[in-house]
Amino acid sequence: MSTLYALLFIAATITLVVGVGMKIRQYYKTPAPLKIATTPAPTTPSGVVLRIFREVVFFESLFKGSKWTWIFSWMFHFALLLVILRHFRYFIDPVWLPIQLIQPFGMYAGFAMVIGLGGLLARRILVDRVRYISAPSDYLMLILLLLIALSGLMMTFVVHTDIVAVKDFFNNLFTFGWGPLPMDFLLLLHIGLVIVLMIIFPFSKLLHAPGIFFSPSRNQVDNPREQRHLAPWAEALEKQDKPGN
Amino acid sequence: MAKAEFGVPELTQYVEVPAIKEGAMAHLKPFVVNNPDHNTDLGFPGELIDDWQTKAVEKLGDLCSRYRSLRVYLDSCVKCGSCTDKCHYFLGTADPKNMPVGRQDLLRKVYRRYFTLAGKYFPKLVGAEDLTRETLDEWYSYYHQCSQCRRCSVFCPYGIDTAEISMAAREILDSIGYGQKYCNEIIAKVHKVGNNLGLPGPAIANTLEGLEEDVWDDAEVHVRFPLDVEGAEVLLVTPSADFFAEPHVDGLIGYGKVFHEAGVSWTLSTTASEAGNFGMFIGSYENMRRVALRVRKAALELKVKRIVFGECGHAWRVAYAFLNTLAGPFDFLDPNYPVPQHICEFTWDEMQKGTLEFDKSENDDKVLTFHDSCNVARATRMGDLPGGQFEIPRNVIKAVCNHYVDMHHETIGERTFCCGGGGGLLTDDLMELRVKGALPRMTALKNAMDEYGVTHMAAICAICKSQFTKTLPYYGMDMDQIVSVHQLVSNAIVLNRKTPPPEWAEEEDEEDE
Ligand code: SF4
Ligand code: SF4
Repeated sequence: MSTLYALLFIAATITLVVGVGMKIRQYYKTPAPLKIATTPAPTTPSGVVLRIFREVVFFESLFKGSKWTWIFSWMFHFALLLVILRHFRYFIDPVWLPIQLIQPFGMYAGFAMVIGLGGLLARRILVDRVRYISAPSDYLMLILLLLIALSGLMMTFVVHTDIVAVKDFFNNLFTFGWGPLPMDFLLLLHIGLVIVLMIIFPFSKLLHAPGIFFSPSRNQVDNPREQRHLAPWAEALEKQDKPGN
Repeated sequence: MAKAEFGVPELTQYVEVPAIKEGAMAHLKPFVVNNPDHNTDLGFPGELIDDWQTKAVEKLGDLCSRYRSLRVYLDSCVKCGSCTDKCHYFLGTADPKNMPVGRQDLLRKVYRRYFTLAGKYFPKLVGAEDLTRETLDEWYSYYHQCSQCRRCSVFCPYGIDTAEISMAAREILDSIGYGQKYCNEIIAKVHKVGNNLGLPGPAIANTLEGLEEDVWDDAEVHVRFPLDVEGAEVLLVTPSADFFAEPHVDGLIGYGKVFHEAGVSWTLSTTASEAGNFGMFIGSYENMRRVALRVRKAALELKVKRIVFGECGHAWRVAYAFLNTLAGPFDFLDPNYPVPQHICEFTWDEMQKGTLEFDKSENDDKVLTFHDSCNVARATRMGDLPGGQFEIPRNVIKAVCNHYVDMHHETIGERTFCCGGGGGLLTDDLMELRVKGALPRMTALKNAMDEYGVTHMAAICAICKSQFTKTLPYYGMDMDQIVSVHQLVSNAIVLNRKTPPPEWAEEEDEEDE
């Protein structure tokens, strides 16, 4: 069982890294042939960095669009960030100071995650418009994340697992050695679901994470009158029938 | 009130977000191209091809590889719902496929089926579907119920712009010979004649002469409306509706008076007698480029130094955001001015230079408000600062009117509501959609009328003006309440530059004697 988990974890990591890497490469290579920034838009590159920063950190547009969704999803995403950072202590030794410092917050962030996800799920079920646009995968994604959060919380606060052994398991994994994983149901469930999440990441709507950085309506500088913006495929047209050339 | 064969929504204090009504607008679709030439002139098959399914999927793949926007937008939507209540067509019709994400999903479900791993192996799970005839018809119907106004993109956490999706879908439809009559017929006319209305050069010349006579009769000043004058300083490219429709033409008179008072020579062009570029509506880069190149050609032939665009919304988007890319570089023009400029930028510059004098009291019979046209607001800029597209037209209005108030802040600026007729939908076969889609703007206007005594709404878009002229009466208001910004300028401008009387005026005088 430990070996199976070790192999799966490696496979999942590769899928995640390669899959997302390939998607990023694809986005990067696909030309954006016209300036389509949603205006008012920044007129300088540094302005664009700031705009994306506000989107990524504060979910600015979502805030404009729907306060409830904003509250729940912001809560979820930032709790998730804290929780992930907190988990570093299971993988690195010695544990960096900042990671040590956030431990207490990280432990309770799990609850914020659950509240956020619960709110999003409730909205999906209760608001007729959101229900209409939801596919089974949209519900399953929330349920998957909820189960990960709940199984993690259970281990933190109710039935503890042998965390030292878990840390050994992962440290072994990084040196490609096999160590035993404690055979606790909650732990296996928790890690198993995380593996699932990692595998589906590059094939699902979780691509919104890299997507936001590539969204032309958000990442373009508003300077079309100053600079031409020719895509490589459009350059071929330039040679045809252009007056004055 | 105008007669309607459909229920006109009632105006209430607020536009309530309706409960969804599936299929509410499924019956509506614009006429399909019926003259194959109107497809083939644009480089598309004359009618629906036999292997449309394969070809449509191929085209979708092709577009995904050429447009980052499309690819990223189709992948990134998390179905958060933030955009669901933002589209005027959803608010007016309650059809869930008129929610921006509902509209996107019509294409997304096919994208997922053919281009994603999850959709290939677990279609039910992720809502992926084969491209069927039913879906194709739904594309035709609902991608022609989007005015490409970009309001949804403001509220989407990833900036997903349904306009981009609609353009792609229309390009796919065109590529298999399933084009929309209204748009394609017009583009064919532009390619052939030079403007959307198919007005030939002599007709334009006639109209312009008429305008000179009108101004002369009115003010005894010979304000010129020149056509094809080589060596003029400015080439003015304006929507062809400005040549005859009300209230557009009053705007054109306003431009002419501004040029006259500013002492800047200008000209219109018969071959570039249209600012609008419907190539954008059908998502066709090639057609958009072809239409844009006419402007370059006219500028070169007439040896002008500047290009100025008249009041038009989607046109200003293509002009501001795409013209330089499609038809530039414009290094043969005067580098001291941006290319192109908006007529509001031109007028505002002159106002600041102090070359224009106004008698604001000429507009004292009106209390004005301003409708931000969707594409000007969310796809362009005026002046050097972000948001200039909101400031500058308002500055111009306030410089010529004493009474101005804004409508509710959630219905203007970047959040402005489309008039309901943009994006290639300004056709009688879509009247039901146009009337229902106008609901949010009509509501905001009515509120401003009741609260502040607003009498008129100014706009800087030919589509908005035509659309409101038609829809205002459906809501119990008057069609004359929509005015051009430069119509207000025209009313208030003091014509100080006296001119010798034109020859025809002398002749007339002689005849009179
Ligand atoms: S672009 Fe405008 S019309 Fe189209 S879906 Fe978005 S809000 Fe609606
Ligand atoms: S706001 Fe954007 S991410 Fe949310 S449902 Fe609409 S298109 Fe999808």
